Amino acid sequence: MNIEMKGIDKSFGSNQVLKDAGFLLKDGEVHALMGENGAGKSTLMKILTGVYTKDAGTILVDGKEVVFKNPQEAEKAGIVFIYQELNVLFDLTVEENLFMGKEITKGFGICDKKAMRAKAQEVMDKMGVNIPVTATMSDLSVGQQQMVEICKALMADAKVIIMDEPTAALTASETRGLFEVVNALRAKGVSIVYISHRMEEIFELCDRITVLRDGAYVGTENIKDIDLDHVVQMMIGRTIGERFPKREVAVGKEVLRVEGLSSGKLFKDVSFDVKAGEVLGVSGLMGAGRTEIMHAIFGNIHRDAGKIFIDGKEVNIKNPRQAIAAGIGFITEDRKTEGLLLEKSVAENIEITNLGKVANGFVLNKEKQNAIVKKGIEEFRIKCFGPDHECNNLSGGNQQKVVLAKWVYTDPKILILDEPTRGVDIGAKKEIYNIINEMAAKGVAVIMVSSELPEVLGMSDRIVVVHEGKITGILDAAEADQAKVMTLATGGSL
Amino acid sequence: MEKTKKSLGAYFGEYAAFIALLLLAVVLCCVSPEFRTASNFLNLMRQATFNGLIAFGMTCVILSDGIDLSVGSTFALSAIICAEMLVNGIAAPLAIIAALIIGTALGAFSGILVTKGRLQPFIATLITMTAYRGFAMIITDGKPISKLKASIESDFGAKLFETLGKGSLNLGSFKIPVPVIILLVSLAIFWFMLTKTTFGRKIYATGSNIKCANLVGVDTTKTKIIVYAISGFMSALAGLIMISRVDSAQSILGQGYELDAIAAVALGGTSMSGGRGKIMGTFAGVMIIAVLNNGMNIMGINTYYQSVVKALVILIAVLADRKR
Repeated sequence: MNIEMKGIDKSFGSNQVLKDAGFLLKDGEVHALMGENGAGKSTLMKILTGVYTKDAGTILVDGKEVVFKNPQEAEKAGIVFIYQELNVLFDLTVEENLFMGKEITKGFGICDKKAMRAKAQEVMDKMGVNIPVTATMSDLSVGQQQMVEICKALMADAKVIIMDEPTAALTASETRGLFEVVNALRAKGVSIVYISHRMEEIFELCDRITVLRDGAYVGTENIKDIDLDHVVQMMIGRTIGERFPKREVAVGKEVLRVEGLSSGKLFKDVSFDVKAGEVLGVSGLMGAGRTEIMHAIFGNIHRDAGKIFIDGKEVNIKNPRQAIAAGIGFITEDRKTEGLLLEKSVAENIEITNLGKVANGFVLNKEKQNAIVKKGIEEFRIKCFGPDHECNNLSGGNQQKVVLAKWVYTDPKILILDEPTRGVDIGAKKEIYNIINEMAAKGVAVIMVSSELPEVLGMSDRIVVVHEGKITGILDAAEADQAKVMTLATGGSL
Repeated sequence: MEKTKKSLGAYFGEYAAFIALLLLAVVLCCVSPEFRTASNFLNLMRQATFNGLIAFGMTCVILSDGIDLSVGSTFALSAIICAEMLVNGIAAPLAIIAALIIGTALGAFSGILVTKGRLQPFIATLITMTAYRGFAMIITDGKPISKLKASIESDFGAKLFETLGKGSLNLGSFKIPVPVIILLVSLAIFWFMLTKTTFGRKIYATGSNIKCANLVGVDTTKTKIIVYAISGFMSALAGLIMISRVDSAQSILGQGYELDAIAAVALGGTSMSGGRGKIMGTFAGVMIIAVLNNGMNIMGINTYYQSVVKALVILIAVLADRKR
């Protein structure tokens, strides 16, 4: 199926998000759609699939002009959008999800389970995945849930599948699985629109790339003909120089040390330390227990055994309040469910960790509030209408900056960042790296958990590798490389 | 600059409840000469007191992503305990303070069930609602306790008890009933608490995203227990005003009050899933219900029809709120 979008305009209120945007998708290709957060990628795809209506422009499918009024119409025409936040019913089974709204019946609304199971199995086989159709969705991994969504799209006879950040929550092996499926789909003539911030994936998987910037079409290139610098330049209109900014910080004395930390089946006998001005990278596969270790240090998960020392003194942290009092700041993995009060303003989010600083006793003080919030918006370059801007309507990068601001202003001695750049575009990523470096320069001990290997290798002084709840190695940045980290992360030894 | 970004629709949405109240009042003023008198206005305000006080507490509970069905029962039980103390010769100031403390404790207990007991707020307060009503029946054996004022020995005590529900402040020819003063002072306190204090922020944070609130160091368990305690205190306060006004207490007092309070909060635009809402909205909601009740009574509309009309108004208001 050929899709051509030309001259698309779209405004929300007074905010124009697309102006003269366009896109050309060919038969059986994997086409990367790139751009910074807020460049209009998702909006453009939502216009294609009928979620939004366009203000101007034309959409041609196989040369004929079409306007889909809703996603169902687009789906009937063979265009399916798989959202980043998967659209699955967690309490139902795989089969029920696959056939939701299009059940095969024996008439009178009685479901023909046998036929549905056979059909489901057939599609699974075609894709080479093996997920039991009777399993409950919530028991599956995120990767498997995503496969179910892809199966659902195939059952609708999709000719075009749009994937928005499909690998954001996948483990390395699940990502491989997804790539195999994508390659198989391409071989069958299905076109894929692939939206991702992970440059490495784009170069590995895609045939062509289209870049949007500030809602406008920038250009389309063959992947073979370009390199990473070129893509970045197209995306942000300039070069960003060094991808990981250098840091000249003398590492000081130990600030945090954990010894023999254990918690049930989550992790066992975890020991490491972090020094002032040091960035300690924590690497490992998804589900290895990295996040849980950080939550335990922060007092949000109960630990069965182990000691935590701050500045050489043992501390007994039982809840996040005590952790904050001990000087720990924690930027959690999922900013939407844990990091932000989404429906609240930028101001309220920055203030909530700093209530003591913006109030006299119990009573909030307008001047103190304004001081800290204005400073946050300026220093962190948060793009918003002002302090009252609701966090829901910020782009991912700006949301993350709000989370950073609210923790940085607590003046932590130890700053834990869990996947600080997930879903953040390359320009904002670099700003976040700069903030991390500034914190280190101030003598803060930084722990950075990340699934992106280049990031861990580029930013850390030392790297802790976790495999199935145990630390399998601690490497100096100088001796670490991708192969060594992956070996340790998958349980091998050096 | 950011202020000008708000569209007219947003402004309309923010004050929808007040606009509805105004329209309703204007219509009633036009059709009913009895409605548009000063004495009726004060009467209406006095009638709004009970629901108002309870609804203020309810607003805090709902903002924290909870609900409190036990307010009507707490209202009755605290009132009855106060009445029992009075007829048994306990000094009025002591009885009043004791009843307020008991109301607060009853509310806090609901909060403990919700937090420490990990019960859903609906279920937890359904349990306390049933239990508190039961205790009220047991204590009174189902019989009313009357002639409260007459059983108070000291003159000061009798005066104090009477003032609570029947007293008024004379401003020239204008007499403002004490319950109305209590209502307005409470409104000011709640407005201050929710918008100007760190505790207010904690309530909103808890209701908006409890995971995040916990991680940023808000003691959400404490916040929730306090919020239910506040609700209990307000119910007890309303109960005391009630028994002072009618000079008797019985176990069926306040039945169904939880629904009026929730309706007022919903009318005021507060989100039932917490985190969003304003006390001024609740006040407008309380007044809408009061004006409706009062207006329909004056016009002599059959009480059966009144319920249906009330339901319709709430439906329209809540739908209009969703549209924005």
